[in-house]
Amino acid sequence: MEILLELLSALAGTFMDLVPIVAAMVGFQLLVLRQPIANWRRMAIGILYTYIGLVLFIVGLEKSLLPVGEAMARQLSDPLFLFNAAQAPPDALWSSYGWVYLFAALIGFSATLAEPALLAVATKACDVSQGAIKPFPLRMAVATGVAIGIALGAFRIVTGIPIAYCIVTGYVVVIIQTCYAPRMIVALAYDSGSVTTSTVTVPLVAALGLGLAATIPGRNPALDGLGLIVFATLFPVMTVMGYAQLVECLSMRTVARRRNAPPLPKRCGLGRKTKTDEHGGR
Amino acid sequence: MQSLYRSPLLRPFFWVRDSARDLLPIVVVVAGFQLLVLQKPFPDLGGMLGGIFMLILGLTLFSRGLEMGLFPLGGALAHALARKGNLLWLSVFAFAMGFSTTVAEPALVAMAGKAAEVASTARLIEPGESAQAAYALHLRYVVAVSVGIALLFGVLRIIRGWPVHHWILGGYCTVALLTPFAPSEIIGVAYDSGGVATSTVTVPLTVVLGVGLASCIRGRNPMVDGFGLVAFASLTPIVFVMGYGVFLFGNR
Repeated sequence: MEILLELLSALAGTFMDLVPIVAAMVGFQLLVLRQPIANWRRMAIGILYTYIGLVLFIVGLEKSLLPVGEAMARQLSDPLFLFNAAQAPPDALWSSYGWVYLFAALIGFSATLAEPALLAVATKACDVSQGAIKPFPLRMAVATGVAIGIALGAFRIVTGIPIAYCIVTGYVVVIIQTCYAPRMIVALAYDSGSVTTSTVTVPLVAALGLGLAATIPGRNPALDGLGLIVFATLFPVMTVMGYAQLVECLSMRTVARRRNAPPLPKRCGLGRKTKTDEHGGR
Repeated sequence: MQSLYRSPLLRPFFWVRDSARDLLPIVVVVAGFQLLVLQKPFPDLGGMLGGIFMLILGLTLFSRGLEMGLFPLGGALAHALARKGNLLWLSVFAFAMGFSTTVAEPALVAMAGKAAEVASTARLIEPGESAQAAYALHLRYVVAVSVGIALLFGVLRIIRGWPVHHWILGGYCTVALLTPFAPSEIIGVAYDSGGVATSTVTVPLTVVLGVGLASCIRGRNPMVDGFGLVAFASLTPIVFVMGYGVFLFGNR
């Protein structure tokens, strides 16, 4: 019964989220372009799939991973677990929070791999680059960046370094990297950072930050608890550009050796299916 | 293996398998920490397993649905509007998409409420429910308008062929210059609002719009020019929310 109520409220909430965008698109199609929508039945079914899928995803998340993840973030930053004492000692070193950093990094990594928006963007990037950018390595690079970012963000909350210093330093690194990265990847790298922070990552990471800031002496949850998400958006930019630089470097080295080898087959579409699938469907 | 993929009966099985594979790492991390590090059993194992089943099903439907519905629709719209060559309608469309997807975004609603609480306890705004609600609503409008403006400028950028990194790096510099002037209570909120504004629905559509535009305008490379809209849309909210903070609370 309870789950039905949750499903209904998620149905309503997601509806409010999807309606404006569908209305804008259909409105432009019918009123501005004044053309009927080609293949509209298939599209309607697709939009219905998207809607039901998003609802199931959100409710499933609230039923399974979110409560456990939030409880875990609380427990891991609990002084009882870390120091065997009711309150964290005021002279606690940053290194005594080792489990927190490990958890932050692992949760960032795995939540990014499960992010539906990143999957969609990686697929699109593979399509557009005609298979030059494979979805899986791209998602791995982004996930690594998020892991580093969130672990560093947790470190920042523990040590209390002002957020602006960290972020501006990160900006400088990105600016320098932009000058050296292959031009094709720059825009995608910028995007990949913002893409990661949606349905799965944001609630888990926000819970971790607020829990940490509440238990560490001298931190104010209002001031220090927020600001983890921006770390998760900045570091993937660096890792994706770094990954592209690495690939370019390696391929320059092997290009002479491989010159006579046949080209590798192109595989796109969620990384697993072939191009023919797109036209061969129902 | 290839022939298996072609069989229409088995294809749904492969979609579900792919989603399960995407979700496996996070389940392993959460279960591993619960059982090995904290050494406690799961509080509600049945509900947890049911939830994971829903997650897998939801992820499968979502990604299939995007490929069938909103992706082709958005791409066709971007193509058609670009072919029409009407700059005004394209700009209106970009702004409408940015604003309409952001203003109702659940994560943004939640964060604006949180930010209003923070501002209230820090005595930046008047105490009381109505002042908090008004502040949260204004914050949401500021973010939604800034995402709309970001998409508008992003579309202009693609049409004119301005390089994307000038815009992003300019945005970074603006953020860095504004930060010292913004009240410290709003900095965390402003920085995070950029990441929160770009949601699971907004991102794929924005990418489709950018790539669709860049692939049908002559002289634009979809890889070089098509991406970058999402990044700009998560930078402008930082600037606008900080600007709003400076305007509202003054320089402290």
